[in-house]
Amino acid sequence: MIVADRKSLEEILGMVADREKLLILGCKGCVTVCNVGGLKEAEVLASTLRIAQKKEGRPVEVSHRVLERQCDNEYVAGLADDVGNYDAVVSMACGVGPQFLSEMYPDQVFFPAVNTTFFGGAVQHGVWEERCAGCGACAIHLFGGLCPIARCAKSLLHGPCGGSANGICEVNKETACIWDAIVKKKMETGRLEDLVAVKPFKDWRTARDGGPRRSIREELVKGTL
Amino acid sequence: MTAIKSGSNLERVLTAGHFAFTGECGPPKGANADHLREKFKYLKGNVDCVNMTDNQTAVVRMSSLAGCALMKAEGLEPNFQMVCRDRNRLAMMSDILGAYALGVRNMLCLSGDHQSFGNHPEAKNVHDIDSMQLIALVKKMRDEEKFLNGEEIDVAPKMFIGAACNPFADPFEFRVHRLATKIEAGADFIQTQCIFNMDKFRDFMKQVVDKGLHERCYILAGVTPMKNAGMANFMSKYVPGMDISESLIKRLKGVDKRDQAEEGIKIALEQIEAFKEMQGVAGVHLMAIEWEHKVPEIAERAGVLPRP
Ligand code: SF4
Ligand code: SF4
Repeated sequence: MIVADRKSLEEILGMVADREKLLILGCKGCVTVCNVGGLKEAEVLASTLRIAQKKEGRPVEVSHRVLERQCDNEYVAGLADDVGNYDAVVSMACGVGPQFLSEMYPDQVFFPAVNTTFFGGAVQHGVWEERCAGCGACAIHLFGGLCPIARCAKSLLHGPCGGSANGICEVNKETACIWDAIVKKKMETGRLEDLVAVKPFKDWRTARDGGPRRSIREELVKGTL
Repeated sequence: MTAIKSGSNLERVLTAGHFAFTGECGPPKGANADHLREKFKYLKGNVDCVNMTDNQTAVVRMSSLAGCALMKAEGLEPNFQMVCRDRNRLAMMSDILGAYALGVRNMLCLSGDHQSFGNHPEAKNVHDIDSMQLIALVKKMRDEEKFLNGEEIDVAPKMFIGAACNPFADPFEFRVHRLATKIEAGADFIQTQCIFNMDKFRDFMKQVVDKGLHERCYILAGVTPMKNAGMANFMSKYVPGMDISESLIKRLKGVDKRDQAEEGIKIALEQIEAFKEMQGVAGVHLMAIEWEHKVPEIAERAGVLPRP
């Protein structure tokens, strides 16, 4: 899923400083799962903003609600009756949400309340980790099912680099060296020879480097499915 | 390993079977060419070629390519270091061509320390290709006379291809395999990370020799003389991939502060002697970090002068 972190209250307050009537808009998708932008978090942010602004002596009216998914026009359309009732809308979805909203409602302003960070999952309660960088040409099967593009700080295809120590990445003590894990897995499974050949140069056109990407499913476009 | 590939001085020394002795020089944090020329004086005639570091430890400095050109002009042979952190494949290929046009004949292909260590940790890193592929790229340009896309190169760069190897990084058992891949990719010579743990290095070299890798590639052992115990402490804590034993720090601390530099040089000289005898080691790469003026003395006392 897409993982995000809530922006600081100060940053959000800075964005909405001159607005008096706000809507905090959550999303039931990924940001609900990673406990950052669902109904509950929208409610909390709304009341926090109310209190903070009241303290500043400029009370604001803050409502909150949640959409099924902000990355889906079918659900974004559900806001049509309500969207004009506010000075601004604060979206708690990943970066996709406020863009879909802005595209459908060009007269309204949408502020992002979260920083979208990565594609990953929870490794323990309250801790999420990156797993994929969306390179558009998945090759994890070559690396024991572990992705060096997203998980090695240098995206090495031939690691580990000289900075790997005791399974920890040179970048910081909290980060595991994924190459250490890849090598150990290959050793355990007796497939070290998989890592010996020089790998083909990666074609980054399928990644962001090729420009903004599109996925087209012809059968859906044509309505044959 | 006999057909001449680049015609560099380092290649000539190594193919003739001499014990190589190479040096290193960091470009200044500025455009101070005189500062570099000053350092060159100490290296000239005392080493076979001089590595010009490339934004080492991710700190911005004068470009390694410009440093190499200044070095050439002073009559020394450069070893052009290139990291994968700061350039994509286009910039790499154009810099390799530029370097060759300026007379550079040796290259050292590196991944590069992560930018978080340096003075612009906010920077975006590139890592379009990795050091293994950079080796393969320089080889392709040299041997096939082609760009990565297969187009012909009009006057191909004929480089003597170097790579780094850190026998002290983990997992230790894999290091010799990674070295083998670098040789497979096209490395003609290897300069190792600074060696401070001789036992572990001996262990490593045994694996190298058992696999016959020393017959397919020249291995230069990395030596860094410690200026004092503080430097040893600092390197062991903050420089990635360093294996500095307690006993080394102890030995330095064991002498008076004033004598620690001499003790550091003595340790380096003992290492050089050991490397001369060690099977599979074809030379020494001396990294006298910001201590270039000591190189003449170290070379003299190591008995590696005059250079062939
Ligand atoms: S190889 Fe690419 S698509 Fe597959 S997990 Fe890694 S970044 Fe994602
Ligand atoms: S230490 Fe491991 S994960 Fe970190 S950059 Fe090096 S190879 Fe990649």
